[in-house]
Amino acid sequence: MRRFVISQAKNLIDQTRRRRPLPNHKSLRLRLLSLAAAPDSAPVLSSPRLFSSSSDMSGSDSSSSSLPVTLDSLNPKVLKCEYAVRGEIVNIAQRLQEDLKINKDAYPFDEIIYCNIGNPQSLGQQPITFFREVLALCSHTALLDESATHGLFSSDSIDRAWKILDQIPGKATGAYSHSQGIKGLRDAIAAGIEARDGFPADPNDIFMTDGASPGVHMMMQLLISSEKDGILCPIPQYPLYSASIALHGGSLVPYYLDEASGWGLEISELKKQLEEARSKGITVRALAVINPGNPTGQVLAEENQREIVDFCKQERLVLLADEVYQENVYVPDKKFHSFKKVARSMGYGEKDICLVSFQSISKGYYGECGKRGGYMEVTGFTSDVREQIYKLASVNLCSNISGQILASLVMSPPKPGDDSYDSYIAEKEGILSSLAKRAKTLEEALNKLEGVTCNRAEGAMYLFPCINLPQKAIAAAEAAKTAPDAFYCKRLLNATGIVVVPGSGFRQVPGTWHFRCTILPQEDKIPAIVNRLTEFHKSFMDEFRD
Amino acid sequence: MALEYESLNENVKKCQYAVRGELYLRASELQKEGKKIIFTNVGNPHALGQKPLTFPRQVVALCQAPFLLDHPNVGMLFPADAIARAKHYLSLTSGGLGAYSDSRGLPGVRKEVAEFIQRRDGYPSDPELIFLTDGASKGVMQILNCVIRGERDGILVPVPQYPLYSATISLLGGSLVPYYLDESENWGLDVNNLRQSVAQARSQGISVRAMVIINPGNPTGQCLSEANLREILRFCYSEKLVLLGDEVYQQNIYQDERPFISSKKVLMDMGSPFSKEVQLVSFHTVSKGYWGECGQRGGYFEMTNIPPRVVEEIYKVASIALSPNVSAQIFMGLMVSPPKPGDISYDQFARESKGILESLRRRARIMTDGFNSCKNVVCNFTEGAMYSFPQIRLPPGALQAAKQAGKVPDVFYCLKLLEATGISTVPGSGFGQKEGVFHLRTTILPAEEEMPEIMDSFKKFNDEFMTQYENSFGYSRM
Repeated sequence: MRRFVISQAKNLIDQTRRRRPLPNHKSLRLRLLSLAAAPDSAPVLSSPRLFSSSSDMSGSDSSSSSLPVTLDSLNPKVLKCEYAVRGEIVNIAQRLQEDLKINKDAYPFDEIIYCNIGNPQSLGQQPITFFREVLALCSHTALLDESATHGLFSSDSIDRAWKILDQIPGKATGAYSHSQGIKGLRDAIAAGIEARDGFPADPNDIFMTDGASPGVHMMMQLLISSEKDGILCPIPQYPLYSASIALHGGSLVPYYLDEASGWGLEISELKKQLEEARSKGITVRALAVINPGNPTGQVLAEENQREIVDFCKQERLVLLADEVYQENVYVPDKKFHSFKKVARSMGYGEKDICLVSFQSISKGYYGECGKRGGYMEVTGFTSDVREQIYKLASVNLCSNISGQILASLVMSPPKPGDDSYDSYIAEKEGILSSLAKRAKTLEEALNKLEGVTCNRAEGAMYLFPCINLPQKAIAAAEAAKTAPDAFYCKRLLNATGIVVVPGSGFRQVPGTWHFRCTILPQEDKIPAIVNRLTEFHKSFMDEFRD
Repeated sequence: MALEYESLNENVKKCQYAVRGELYLRASELQKEGKKIIFTNVGNPHALGQKPLTFPRQVVALCQAPFLLDHPNVGMLFPADAIARAKHYLSLTSGGLGAYSDSRGLPGVRKEVAEFIQRRDGYPSDPELIFLTDGASKGVMQILNCVIRGERDGILVPVPQYPLYSATISLLGGSLVPYYLDESENWGLDVNNLRQSVAQARSQGISVRAMVIINPGNPTGQCLSEANLREILRFCYSEKLVLLGDEVYQQNIYQDERPFISSKKVLMDMGSPFSKEVQLVSFHTVSKGYWGECGQRGGYFEMTNIPPRVVEEIYKVASIALSPNVSAQIFMGLMVSPPKPGDISYDQFARESKGILESLRRRARIMTDGFNSCKNVVCNFTEGAMYSFPQIRLPPGALQAAKQAGKVPDVFYCLKLLEATGISTVPGSGFGQKEGVFHLRTTILPAEEEMPEIMDSFKKFNDEFMTQYENSFGYSRM
């Protein structure tokens, strides 16, 4: 007869407090030891201590369905979370696109133009040649032994591939790496951070991830234990944050950016929201700042950044700095400064501020979304906390090697004197100047529309115009059971084939309406987009003008 | 301090993942100090000298740098079928490797996966029910995240198990309901054990929602028989459990008595009502098999009998991560539709694949026999997967010494093994085992020519260890 070793559940903080009832379920706050709870204890079977209250969570609703997994019995956090960037409007667009193939004449447009997502290479942007040369050589290392390779690849890409492969044990790009990422690549990234900021970076602070998003999820998982844990997020925000907070069962504490002052971030607003959350019993754990902003595109002034750093230090908040658009700045009067640089130049070190800085290979001028590469630089945490971050990273073993290589290339690109430097710079500047131009062209066009105001895109990849929707339109939207901005966006899609994301997907000041449009379609498509949008808007206003 | 250990999410603190835990960290430290370490802690073939298959690397290199395809001399470096295949996969993307794909993965690749499943099982497979993921682990986490609502939701997990399951259940705040595999029956699964585990869990108020099987097993290596699979599916039907079929080692089969049969095939063979009602999610990867492309992070899951609205929710969550990495999706496409007889690259591909599989089969034998030649070690044969999981009888003296050192006995043994020989294993306690029984997990992946020396090194250490600890407790020998 086998014996199970059963260990008692330990009571932890607010164990007996009930959760706020969720649809169909109540749950108790029990803390359980799971099977491999601690390496020095014998394996245990999880054993909940039953409290007196009833829970209708147990049982698989077998009376209502013979299947165990149905919509009713899914994790409610999954049901609750939303992600508009690939939400309803995009689904409609995809169906239209399919139909367009067979029913070309049924539509007033002949293609769908996806302006909903920051996915540059899907709209014709070319990857940086040098980066792809290095990746190809690292993919198929036998190429490096062939003399013919010198005729097809630049000499510095060959050198760089050798250098990278020497940093990978056994030159095995198909092997799981260290869970934080290959050490030599982290060294290159740390050197790149130091060159950018003028302050040292430690490769051991770097955790490489499949894109920046998994790093954000990791931090949310670490910081959030219950809905009593709050994360301050900008409104409007990139909905990864709201979705991740919902998935981890926390609370989003909104702070409103000020549209009238170019989406400015006021410390007084931060303070106000923080105090209000605390008065409701929420422990605010972190402040998320997206700089340059998404969807709003503003680049923070350095003075503003110093205030934010001080605020986090005083209020003991972890600063989550989403800096994935750091290479996308389009205006001469603004410059990107990393929060790490700002904090260090204020004299703040490891003991003063907990800072997590996120970077990605998806944006910038490289736009390598599909490769899934990125990292977070974690500073100011004690070693026991860092061990937990490492542990979380290790469960997934490691991020994809190709993405890791690309991240190191992005942070240490060709230098003057390198063979590929001239062509690299030409490609980079070509892309960035084109982005700046497109940002300006679209912004001007939007500002010409009746009832529309649009702040300039100082950085990032988006425009976020404000539409003053007439009352009639709002009423029509309500009748169609749709948010007014979603109503507008659906009409826009059906009339023009242009896909944008309604502002409600990012949240906005109640009673205001926006949509997010990327600046990414190729330059030659922009005039047509402007024309179609202008025409549509005019007819929309003609229909709904009060 | 803004963030202190005390205020971290408890679920994070509780979760453990021994594969890269204490032993691995110690091994890494020793490696930094200059000691030669043989890492057998994780199924990571390329790290131990296995070469990548040539054809997929050629195809993906061309996809990484599509401008090569326009170069007049590209044929000097790449065979024509690799060039054609690269063009094919690039045409399936919406902008090459650098564009986010559909959040479920490229439709064209999912179609190829569906065709593979159909060829393998003889039943149709719907690409809309196949989601590509950044490694199978991400897929497992996504599905468990849907199923686990709270600590009262239990997931049946084999013991010993691959600790992704225990770690994920812990992180999600659910309950792990263990069912013990029987070491004396070749790690067989007895349905009575399952029933007992479920009854026990239910008596404690746990709602058992899902059952995990790992076939071939990890760390145990056993291949489930068709009869066993039928029993399991019947059990899931009557107990209303969704079956999670971790089939990542389906290419790694080292005996002929029990070839791999997918859970889906058996389910479909069983016909109504089972085939229409049992909910199943099957997982596969490019990391294992004879491909071993761990670093690409490529995997998929296929859903059977999952309601459309649930599929939508899973899609919604997948979309937050935007898309799985596109290079790995191409690897997956290549894995499910490899070179065929008549293709230019077929002979080389077949030779490379066969070579790897046959060598793995030989290494499985060498290792099992080597362990069994030690008198205090009993080792079931590695029927499949990539691991050997010998049982080590530890004398009371060793148990005592372990206790004094503050270590679980198998951790103690494995640390000593590491320090003496450089062999880095994972203690059995990381996978779960019967109380008082100790194992270690090693891989069968070290190069074939190094195997004899590694086994000798182990034997020497083990004999010395036994001598030391058998005698140190002499007066109380029972």
